[in-house]
Amino acid sequence: MFDPNKYRKDFPMLRNGIKMQGHPLVWLDNASTTFKTDSVISTISDYYSFYTSNSHRGDYDLCFKVDSEIEKTRDVVASFIGAKAQEIVFTSGTTNSLNLVAFGYASKYLKKGDEILLTEAEHASNVLPWYKVREMTGASVNFIPLTKEGRLTVENVKKSITANTKIVSIAQVTNVLGYIVPIKEIAALCHRNNIILVVDGAQSVPHLPVDVQDLDCDFLAFSGHKLCGPTGIGVLYGKYSLLQKMDPFMTGGGMNAKFDMCGDASFLEPPMRFEAGTQNIEGILGLKAAVEYVSKIGMSNIETYETELRKYAVDRILKTGNATIYNPDAEAGIITFNIKDVFAQDAATFLNSKGIACRSGQHCAKILMDFLGTVATVRASFYFYTTKEDVDALVDAIAHGKEFLDAYF
Amino acid sequence: MPTFEISPQMMREIIMDHYQNPRHKGKPAMPEKYQVMHASSTNCIDDFDVYLLSVDGLVKDAMFDGVACTISTASTDILCDRLIGLDFEKAKYLIEQYMAMIAEKPFDEEVLDEALAFRNTGKQAARIHCATMAWSTMEEMIEKEEKK
Repeated sequence: MFDPNKYRKDFPMLRNGIKMQGHPLVWLDNASTTFKTDSVISTISDYYSFYTSNSHRGDYDLCFKVDSEIEKTRDVVASFIGAKAQEIVFTSGTTNSLNLVAFGYASKYLKKGDEILLTEAEHASNVLPWYKVREMTGASVNFIPLTKEGRLTVENVKKSITANTKIVSIAQVTNVLGYIVPIKEIAALCHRNNIILVVDGAQSVPHLPVDVQDLDCDFLAFSGHKLCGPTGIGVLYGKYSLLQKMDPFMTGGGMNAKFDMCGDASFLEPPMRFEAGTQNIEGILGLKAAVEYVSKIGMSNIETYETELRKYAVDRILKTGNATIYNPDAEAGIITFNIKDVFAQDAATFLNSKGIACRSGQHCAKILMDFLGTVATVRASFYFYTTKEDVDALVDAIAHGKEFLDAYF
Repeated sequence: MPTFEISPQMMREIIMDHYQNPRHKGKPAMPEKYQVMHASSTNCIDDFDVYLLSVDGLVKDAMFDGVACTISTASTDILCDRLIGLDFEKAKYLIEQYMAMIAEKPFDEEVLDEALAFRNTGKQAARIHCATMAWSTMEEMIEKEEKK
């Protein structure tokens, strides 16, 4: 039996008696960020307290240590997602990773008449970089239709693919609806049609086992801060042959092999080619501690627990009769809902007044019209340290939703 | 002269009344006669247009239209209520007093009337912006009119 309390003691934000509006903090905004473990915090602090130095070609011991810790992180991240170390590029986060693929790969190889396929449930960071590619290359951006519930099916991908499709870029778990997308089948379908598959793993990698060899995706982007790691650090996984074909998004120190003032420059091989400038060293080291922490718990244990907790929450919320849930059958620990007759933003403020952190949001207009039938929703999102008591606090607040103006009195 | 005491229950009722039955929400029949300005924020969902019709330094009509939360809808509707009929000097004074109240500074209760219902907005810091968005937009529009 999975016990979240076993882990809560490792998180200062969960054991320090933090209060919000006079109530014990109930953190249900894990899809936006997660809390950090002692090990992550002390790893960062140790770097600054005991071995601060820059990475790359240091001739002294401290720098050698930093370099080897960075490469150890690459190994740890690689084995976490079933990749090779040379296929792991450190970025500032998912957004940076997706932009790197868009600018470094797509803008180089796509041309007028080519097509990029996305879905209408994508996060802005998996839409806007492709709009830039469209602007730069003349390629078109089209959307794969979702089912009535907002699910992406292999069938719909198959129907959308044309002879011009060159890239499919989709989230493995969408940030609003929380469905798990059948990436493996979609990858096989894409490859039969010579299409590159880019996967936004921001909401999947922290919550379920992801093995890039098994999935056979071409690129995978994710962030450290959504898996207990620091902010400002993320990963782009790419098949090595693709990374080799890809241009750097930024040039400068740390990524060139040599250059001269006549304008000649040669770049290092991946992944270093994509890591120009002084890296987010504390972030990289913190990411290692985070990945080690969640790996020790076990990603399938995390997934199983979150699915169970989600069922418990959906049942209890629906029992109040005071809320609409827009994704009752989704798999991931993301529940998108509205309290009856309360505007999403007012509901989120009311939850704040009870110490509960949830996020209200207005989503892509098309998704709203087609699937949600509302202009805005509230999102509660879980992690392995979320307890039934956290869910109970949410349920209790929802049951009292009509008192939402009490937040001010 | 003491103003009447406004109880939390009355404040709730004022806010809910203007949220559920806003008097000034919608597009004006002749929008070309109005000055219009967009009010939105990256911190919240609120996203609406504010309309101002003025003649010779006098507010003839004020309206708003779009998506807004309870605090933002009700505070904007009450703003429109209070503004109509005021000259620009009085209008700016009203807005100034309201802003002072929200910022929890001394203010002139007399002019605010129903807008006093928002005096606790500071309790929910994230909603301060919602309670003031239309007010600062309207102030900007009045200043623009004055420069014409």
